[in-house]
Order: sequence, then structure tokens, then C-alpha cells
Amino acid sequence: MSEAIIKIANMNKWFGDFQVLKDINLEVEKNKKIVVCGPSGSGKSTLIRCINRLEEHQKGSIVVDGTELNENTKNIEQIRAEVGMVFQQFNLFPHLSILDNCTLAPIWVRKMPKVQAQELAMKQLEKVQIADQAQKFPGQLSGGQQQRCAIARALCMEPKIMLFDEPTSALDPEMIKEVLDAMVNLAKGGMTMIVVTHEMGFAKEVADEVIFMDEGMIVEKAETKEFFANPKSDRTKLFLSQIL
Amino acid sequence: MSKFTFLKSDRSNIQTVLITGVFLITISILDVFLNSFFKFNLMSFLPDKISLVAPLLFGMIGMQLIRIEYSGNKYLDILNKNINNSKFNAALTLLIIFLIFKAIPPSLSWMILDANISGETKDACTGTGACWTYIKVWFRRFMYGMYPNEQHWRINTAFLLVIGLGTFGLFATEKMKKFLALYYVVIYPILAFLIIYYLISGGYFGLEWIETGAWGGLSLTFIVSFFCLIFCFPLGMILALGRRSNLPAVRYISIGYIEFWRGVPLITVLFMSSVMFPMFLPEDFFMDKLVRVIIAITLFEGAYCAEVIRGGLQSLPRGQYDAAKSLGMGYWKMHIFVILPQALKLVIPGICNTFLALVKDTPLIFVVGLAELAGMLALAKTNPKWLGFAMEGYIFAAIIFWIICYAMSKYSYNLEEKYKTER
Repeated sequence: MSEAIIKIANMNKWFGDFQVLKDINLEVEKNKKIVVCGPSGSGKSTLIRCINRLEEHQKGSIVVDGTELNENTKNIEQIRAEVGMVFQQFNLFPHLSILDNCTLAPIWVRKMPKVQAQELAMKQLEKVQIADQAQKFPGQLSGGQQQRCAIARALCMEPKIMLFDEPTSALDPEMIKEVLDAMVNLAKGGMTMIVVTHEMGFAKEVADEVIFMDEGMIVEKAETKEFFANPKSDRTKLFLSQIL
Repeated sequence: MSKFTFLKSDRSNIQTVLITGVFLITISILDVFLNSFFKFNLMSFLPDKISLVAPLLFGMIGMQLIRIEYSGNKYLDILNKNINNSKFNAALTLLIIFLIFKAIPPSLSWMILDANISGETKDACTGTGACWTYIKVWFRRFMYGMYPNEQHWRINTAFLLVIGLGTFGLFATEKMKKFLALYYVVIYPILAFLIIYYLISGGYFGLEWIETGAWGGLSLTFIVSFFCLIFCFPLGMILALGRRSNLPAVRYISIGYIEFWRGVPLITVLFMSSVMFPMFLPEDFFMDKLVRVIIAITLFEGAYCAEVIRGGLQSLPRGQYDAAKSLGMGYWKMHIFVILPQALKLVIPGICNTFLALVKDTPLIFVVGLAELAGMLALAKTNPKWLGFAMEGYIFAAIIFWIICYAMSKYSYNLEEKYKTER
């Protein structure tokens, strides 16, 4: 059994008086693919946003790649550079071309020479099959293309972990497949991934483990086959019956 | 059937109504035209009161006649749709045309036909029109203030140098592009200051020292506006970021600063800077009045800039911050590369607004004894040899300010176009 790259212990988070996450305990091993599912408002997105501290947790501890997330800004920036994230709304930088979107962080955060960064970016764009769009601006691309660009942008930082926050939820049905394909390819390449999604087909295909969350708690965590074949809790059964 | 059937226009009698309508409108406009340009009343055969409203009446009937829906004539349709789509709009259209015709002859004769520009003294102005001789004689004063005539080349050279340095960005190579922001925010203002200090103020390199009290006219307007513009923008940017900072001390200082300066009138700030401020300074510390005024206006306008820029920052979706953070960018990198470029692009119209207001506020420095363009006018109009030409002076100043402000707003439109990449 390999070393856990993400360790979350007794993590609690409140938005004001409302407790979003309750006693989360989770360990993710290197190269594992985890799918997080659950009804909306169950805290899935908040959980993965806590992992690169886009949200602050109030209690418990989160250790990513041996570094604990706390007030130390240097640590946070270092962890964020190692953890790529893809958002539901793509969040590409609209004032930069696709290529510049991808090279911005490598150049200024990783201090990579511009030429090298561009080569890397073109390689990643090639992988998600939008290399021919490199000179365009995000506004000129379709949703699916934008999301693939967002994946490429995150990969340009050569992260150790990739977080996906409902990457296909804002897409038209015919564009979902192209994004999922890119993610499947990435999974096969051995990336450590945590994916919040409603795409159960994707979960069955690539996930090592599936986590079911409800009301801020991890209700069930099981190997993928086990999770779909015989879910233990009633809440999971109900959810699966509705979604499948 | 109504008895006004003949006024109901449609395509069947298009030829007739069109010719009649155009004829009536032509008559009505011609009448006003002749009346105002040649004092000739076409309808003098009518009683006085009727001949006064006759053009409008004829015009209205004509407009009514040519208001044909889907006439098939492209130009007529455009005309009808835009300026003749109801009785009210037809009347407005006619009145505006009449007004223009009425206004042209008097203004034309005052400004050009009956105006004087020859001669060197007030005696040259004999006509009823404007006395441009006044502007001609005072031109150098309006441009350069009390600056000695034989030294004007120094102001011209300094301005040319500053403008030349300002165009540096156009020639910058790919490699230098990185440093452009640094150049414009830090290096350029310092260079400009040094040029203006050594060249216009003088006192070194064999140049005669000329105190700032003698500076004036349009060149002073430019100097004050220029420095205030380039300093208040970065100041506003820092304050806007400060007001949104997570650090309470920074945030409250920014809020306090902005609310303080927005709460006091510019004119009191100027008085304070020139009268009160020196009292708080140590005896041996001297700061020139012009410098104090520039600092005062900069601090004042910086607060306005800050709020405009904050508006832009607030309009950006949170996702942009998230995305930048998730790529490992710190506060400054995130703002410099992701947030500010987008926010500043959004606030170009607002910033332009603030800058225009700033340029037009510069005449206020007259209250502390600095006579820029409008200030020189105020001095000139009270000169005993040239009494009674305030009108010419103010029109001259209005034209110059209009040119400056129009150029600025045009430039801001160009910037908007240039940076329009998406949406």
C-alpha cells in the first residue's frame, strides 16, 4: 500500500452558522482516482475546494503531499501549484489567448522560460485535441473546447493531484463526451484525481473508489464495483436508484 | 369617411402626396432660411401672426403627407422611421431645422463675417463682431502665462521631449514589453518631472531660473493635468485594492482615505495646500506651490479613481479569482496578470470620465494664484487696455478645452476597441 498523498482528519467547516462539512476523514493514495457524488448541497464541491484552500476549514487538519494547510501563505501557494483544479464554469481568463492561458502560470509561478512553457502548453493542448485553437480567445470557443483548455491549463503546471469540480455540469450533452474522454485519458496516464461528478458512467469506467456524501458527511466510501453492486446505506441506494 | 381623407397617405396616390408634401416642406424651410439669412419674408402677404407660424403649419402638413408606411422607397422609409414617425416627432424635426437656420447667421456674422483680427490694439476692433485681435495679441500669454517670451522654446522643447518619451511603448520590442508597465508607472513620471524641472524651471546648465508663479496659460494646464493624471491612477489602483483587502488595517485606512477626500470640496483642498500646509512644515523645508497643488489634486482625484476601479474589480466573477489561485498565483501575481487587466478594461469609460473632470477642474488652481488658461483669461479681461472682450476669451478657452477633452474621450474609445477581445 502506497503512501497517502491527501490526508483529511476530522475536518469541519461552517459557512456562518451553517455547518457544511462534518467530521470528514479521508485518505487518498497516490495515483488513485476518487469520484465524489451526492445530491446538490451535500458539500462535495466545498470538500474539494478545501483541498487547495479555496475554502478555509475551521477544524481538523488537511495534509496535502506532506504539507499541512494552515495560515502559512507560502505553504498554500506551494500546494496550489501542485494541485490542479478544473471548475464547473471553466474560468478561463477571457483577456488571454488559449496559449497564454496555459503558459501564464508556468512562466510566472514555475519561473519557466517562455519558449519552454509554450512547448509544454502545446503538448498539453495536443493531448486534449485543441492545439489548433491555441491562438484564439476563450470567448471564441465552444463550452467543451473551453473545458478541455481548462484541463490543459491545469496540466501545464504538471500537478501531482487534479481536482475536478463538476466539470461537465455546465456543458451541452454532446460536449460532455469530449471532456470525459480527455479525463479518461488523463486517468489512464496515472494521475491522482478527485472528481465531483454526476457522470456515473465515468465513475464506473475509471474510479478506484466512490464516495457518497450527504448533508456534509461522507455516508459511504467503497471500491467502485462494490459501491454500485451492493451499496450499504439506504441513502446511497435511494440516490443510485434515482440517478441510474 | 373622414373629411380629411386627402391627408391619409398610402401607396395608391404616392406620386401626388409625395410631390405635394415635399413642396410644402420645401416652402416652409425656404421661408425660414430666407427670413434668417436675407431678412426676407416670403409670406409677408399673410397677416403677421399667421406668417409667424405658417412655416411650421406648412411643414407639418407636408410631413404628414409624406408619412407613408412601406412606401417602397428606401430613403423615404428611413426618413419616416427616424424623424417623422409621429406628429410630435415631425414637429420636433421641423423646429430643430428652424432653430439651426435661425442660429447660424448671427453666430456666423459674430464669429467670422463681422469679426476683426488685424491690428495690434483694441482700436482695430471696430465692427459689431468678435474681436479676435484680442486673442491674437494675448495668444502667447494664454499659452505660456507670464513666462518670458524669449524662453518659450524651453516649454516647447520640454513638451516635445515628454510626448516623445510617452510614445516609447509604440516602439518597444517584444523583450522590452515586460517592463512597459514599470516604465509608465515609475520611470516615465520621474523622467517627465526631471525634464520639466530642469528645462522649464531652469536654474541649471546656464538656463535662467523662472519661478513657478510665472508659469501659466495652457502649458500650465497641461503640466498640472499631466502629473495629476499619471499619479492619481496608480494611487487609485492601490486604494481600490486596499479597500478590498483582507487585512483590516489596510482596508480601514483605504476606506478612511477615500471617504475623507470624497467628502471635501476640491477648492478647500487647494486652499489648504497653499495656505495651511506650509505652516505645518519646518522652517527650512520649502515645497513649491505648484508641487503642492499637484499633490493636492492627485490625492483628491486618487480617491475618485479608486472607487471607479473598485467598481471594475467587483464586476469580475469569483471564478477568476479561484482559477488564478488554483494555479498557485499569489495575491500580486493574481492581480497583476488576471484581475487588473480585466477590471481596468471594464472601467475605461469611468476612468475617462474622472480624467475629463480632472482636466476641467484645473482652472480651480486660480484660487491659489496659479493662472492656467482660464486664469489667464480672468487676468486679461480685467486689463484696462482690453476691457470688454471676455466673451471672445471664454469662447477661445471653451474651444481649446473642448478639443482636449474630445481628444481624450476619442482616445478612450480607441482603447476600448483595442482591448475588446471577447464577450
